[in-house]
Amino acid sequence: MSIIKVENLAVGYEGKAVATDLNFTVDEGDYLCIIGENGAGKSTLMKTLLHLIKPVSGELSYMDGLMPYEIGYLPQHTIVQKDFPASVEEIVLSGLLSKSGLRPFYTKTEKKIAQRAMEKMDILDLKKKCYRNLSGGQKQRVLLARALCATSKLLVLDEPVTGLDPKVTEDFYKLIKQLNDEGLTIIMVSHDMPSAIRYSSKILLVNQTQKFFGKTKDYMASTARKEFDGELCAFGIENEGKEKDNGIN
Amino acid sequence: MELINTLIYYLNFSFVRYAIIVGVLIALCSSLLGVTLVLKRYSFIGDGLSHVAFGAMAVASVMKLSNNNILILPVTVIAAILLLRTGQNAKLKGDAAIAMLSVSALAIGYLLMNVFSTSANISGDVCTTLFGSTSILTLELSEVVMCIVLSIVVILTFIVFYNKIFAVTFDENFAKATGTKTDLYNLLIAVLIAVVIVIGMNLVGSLLISALIIFPALSAMRVINQFKGVVIASAIISVICALVGIFASILLSTPVGATIVATDLVVYLLAMLVGRAQ
Repeated sequence: MSIIKVENLAVGYEGKAVATDLNFTVDEGDYLCIIGENGAGKSTLMKTLLHLIKPVSGELSYMDGLMPYEIGYLPQHTIVQKDFPASVEEIVLSGLLSKSGLRPFYTKTEKKIAQRAMEKMDILDLKKKCYRNLSGGQKQRVLLARALCATSKLLVLDEPVTGLDPKVTEDFYKLIKQLNDEGLTIIMVSHDMPSAIRYSSKILLVNQTQKFFGKTKDYMASTARKEFDGELCAFGIENEGKEKDNGIN
Repeated sequence: MELINTLIYYLNFSFVRYAIIVGVLIALCSSLLGVTLVLKRYSFIGDGLSHVAFGAMAVASVMKLSNNNILILPVTVIAAILLLRTGQNAKLKGDAAIAMLSVSALAIGYLLMNVFSTSANISGDVCTTLFGSTSILTLELSEVVMCIVLSIVVILTFIVFYNKIFAVTFDENFAKATGTKTDLYNLLIAVLIAVVIVIGMNLVGSLLISALIIFPALSAMRVINQFKGVVIASAIISVICALVGIFASILLSTPVGATIVATDLVVYLLAMLVGRAQ
């Protein structure tokens, strides 16, 4: 069962396409990794899927009961959040906002949903803690709990492991895999090739246009992969340096 | 004792009571919105908008309107919408846009006042609008009523949309992706802030209104780790500072606006020390 269908989609800003000729479908229960170089249009595509920007041309449809806004989203950290005075509970609750409509306060049921999401992410003991004082891994769990409040169907993640240390990264991937096994559809924009291949069920390689879309095991044998890996090797040393910088920050 | 007697003596005058009502309400409204603005990195919007309001006021007095607010309020609201809308993907970045608008409105306002003024004491007039003045002590009942009504509207709107304002402040993209009408709430925040600035100009003048918006929020953020807590603490700090400032200015015959801001500054320094100690 497809929940998202993309046909001849071009994505970009202010009518200028960054990536064109995108054709793929996302099925229920998929774990799709969107990979590609910096500036290849991955993030632009993701923002288009999330309705943050309008498609330049082509069709993007949500089907089989997935409402356009029934998407959980794990964004990259913004500067605003760095020193934001908010408790974990307040942030997780804000995931339920769109369900509360014009009602100014959260109901008991909604608070229970938030409670359960925090339990699931194992952050219940941090409930009253301030977000700005948490570690990178804890912050990701908080934002994940918020995303789970917003959806039970589709989760979109934007380079979620940037700046996390290896141990926390590993735990995080396992957590995502577990959610996927429980039936949540995952779309992840990723730089981390080994993990993308290890955990995903489908791969979408974007480089201005669609270079590959299909099952991960088919990707392993594809020529698209060889070309992309070749490019990665050429820039390998540079990329490694960047990752390290991110880790420190 | 003598101090209290003096205060009670002053409280007998209706103009002092008016000043206190208006002062407290403005302090309350500005501090509520201040938390959002500081966190959204719009601390200077108060400054920019108040200069726009100053420019509009100059135009209004040149046109000899019966009620200046007829012109000032809409102009400031429009400026607020334009400034907050520019957001992330604007050609002109937020701070540059604010700075540009701020200085040009100030310059044009002063220019107009100078060329067309009927008053003999132009620099006095300008000083009054920029730094606030005794004008808060010459409020008429109708102005006080208008201030009360607008304040109630601002406070109620803030309470009703509190959760939305939180979400839009913390993570606009997430809110938008999950179906919250972020543009609408940004618009709402812009309109509210414009209203607060226009009513606040009477109290501290257009230069110091920024201080009323940012100081209580900054002080509260130093010591409190929860958004709701910050909002409440910021409101309390702001009201107390306004009261202390107004009383002090009466007793010491200092300018009202500047005294309130000085009180806010002292509280901020104290909060900073407490924050360090935590």
